[in-house]
Amino acid sequence: MSSINTAHSVVEPSRTSKRIAATIVIAYAVITMIPLAWIVLTSFKSPPDSISYPPKIVFQPTLEGYCNLFTTRTRQTSDYIASLGAPTSTCDEITRSRNMVIAGPSNYWPRFQNSLVIAFGSTFLAVSLGTLAAYGFSRFKVPLAEDLLFFILSTRMMPPIAVAIPIYLMYRQLGLSDTALGMILLYTAVNVSLAVWLLKGFIDEIPREYEEAAMIDGYTRMQAFFKVVLPQATTGIAATAIFCLIFAWNEYAFAVLLTSGAAQTAPPFIPTIIGEGGQDWPAVAAGTTIFVVPILVFTILLRKQLLRGITFGAVRK
Amino acid sequence: MAEIRIENLRKEFGAFSAVEDSSFVVRDGEFLALLGPSGCGKTTTLRMIAGLELPTSGKIFLGGEDVTFNRARERDIAFVFQLFALYPHMNVRKNIAFPLLAQGVAKAEIRARVEETAKLLQIDHILDRSVSGLAGGDRQRVALGRAIVRRPKCFLMDEPLGTLDAEFRDLMVRELRELHNRIRATTVYVTHDQLEAMAMADKIAVMNHGIIEQFGTPQEIYNRPATMYVADFIGSPPMNFLRFTAGLQKGARSVVVDGVDISVPEVHLDLAESELALGVRPEDISFSDVSPLRGAVFGSEYHGTNQIVAVEMGKGLVKARVPADQNFHIGETVGLELNYDRLSLFDCKSGRAVPSSRYAEHHHG
Repeated sequence: MSSINTAHSVVEPSRTSKRIAATIVIAYAVITMIPLAWIVLTSFKSPPDSISYPPKIVFQPTLEGYCNLFTTRTRQTSDYIASLGAPTSTCDEITRSRNMVIAGPSNYWPRFQNSLVIAFGSTFLAVSLGTLAAYGFSRFKVPLAEDLLFFILSTRMMPPIAVAIPIYLMYRQLGLSDTALGMILLYTAVNVSLAVWLLKGFIDEIPREYEEAAMIDGYTRMQAFFKVVLPQATTGIAATAIFCLIFAWNEYAFAVLLTSGAAQTAPPFIPTIIGEGGQDWPAVAAGTTIFVVPILVFTILLRKQLLRGITFGAVRK
Repeated sequence: MAEIRIENLRKEFGAFSAVEDSSFVVRDGEFLALLGPSGCGKTTTLRMIAGLELPTSGKIFLGGEDVTFNRARERDIAFVFQLFALYPHMNVRKNIAFPLLAQGVAKAEIRARVEETAKLLQIDHILDRSVSGLAGGDRQRVALGRAIVRRPKCFLMDEPLGTLDAEFRDLMVRELRELHNRIRATTVYVTHDQLEAMAMADKIAVMNHGIIEQFGTPQEIYNRPATMYVADFIGSPPMNFLRFTAGLQKGARSVVVDGVDISVPEVHLDLAESELALGVRPEDISFSDVSPLRGAVFGSEYHGTNQIVAVEMGKGLVKARVPADQNFHIGETVGLELNYDRLSLFDCKSGRAVPSSRYAEHHHG
């Protein structure tokens, strides 16, 4: 039997190598999942369980963390609590069992909404601008294209915190401090460089003939772009959007510095939960757990595109 | 349908000159093949006609209208790309309907015209399929359908058969020509394959280094090549050149090659002593024991109905196409008889054919 040896073997991997690969992947997944799993577990613990040592794996689950996350509470005498009517919700009941009553909603939900608006807003802007810029760089003779592209990339080279103070001062002057618009603009500026570079790669891969065919078929370049190029770039756009969204969603340093009230996002808010009424780790964990959900859902929805996006070039034909 | 007229068209990319001073006319309903090796400027010429490139200078007329600087979408032409450029996110029907949507044709009419076109190309059974799963021939037909459906002024095709395998290619060559006979659309077809050009075209423009070497019918191009380049590019094997140095007088009817007197069509020009080449097609050579033009058999290639015999003439090989039943031994000395009224003479320096009675025939009819 003759065998062909090439650098990239096209032979089906053997059972052993498949098993080794699977073991490594699973081990890596477990290691990275442990902190996340621990956070989710903690969010369902009671405050005493959350700080018990040795840590408890088996415990009585409670929604106390979630109740505390979404409410502010005041301590009352048991006589006062007894004088109240029947508890109106599970949270009411849990709170009363701690000799407290719910005083009102906490700031978590508004902060979470801020995060949604700012992260999705800036992602939308960065990807839209990035797609147009990438198309321009890919298809037209842009004067100094190379230098411009390098300049765009170079904005990513310094740590964001290096420009934090100048931006802080600028934003104060412009009245953009602690506004959603300010944060959207900032994250867009940071993400647009990544978007241009990633998308240029994807658009370069789409043959020009498609637009030329559309233009001959009677469409303007703009129409050809929307009707022919964009549908074929969806994979790249989805992958880019996820990268931009993850950055904007998780960003902490600028958020701490530039937001404090009306436009504060969830990341700087979550640590402040600790201070309100002792070390309330379950509430912090609950805040973190809920915070992870949108990015998880978004990634799961777009996982096909993301995977193809990461391996782009190899799949496309 | 419309006539395409190209006047002194030039295209430069920086210092590189892709097309130099080209002029030709494709008459209404004619099929022109732009033939040449890769990088000869044929695709650039086509793209300028389409409006995908702007010429450096010169003019382009479609149906008498100057469209030199019109946008592609304003020219009312159809273009079939080498890789077909079928929109992968649309099915066959939507691909074919796409140009009609741009024109704002009513829905019912789009439907009718798409189906009529599909029937013509025999792809009506795959209208609702995705284009990504189609075989090469069907992709080709869909690309043609997208071109035909809009009834444009002319069709431009850029090596549309280049990616098909040989078997399919012959089939598509026939289909394309039949289609052309039926709808009589003015067509410019770019190819590097002389057989495709010969089989389909009414006229052929042979291009090299951005210059149109010759423009004429396939017969003219084959029988009366205007330059040595054309003579060498067309024909398989190409025309043989017997080089010699001589002066020629108007009215001469023979030349002397290696001391052998050879009859040629009457020369129509006085020529000072210069390096010349006698051009002879392989099928215009036969073997004769009495011929004074002699050489040694170098080898033969069997082609079924005939064979190509290579003969070493001292200055290089000459290939002859002769019946397959003759037997030759390698090294054997043979005499070559040339079909004298089918010979061409070339000036080696300019590469151009020397005017003779053979070339005059074509000018006078």
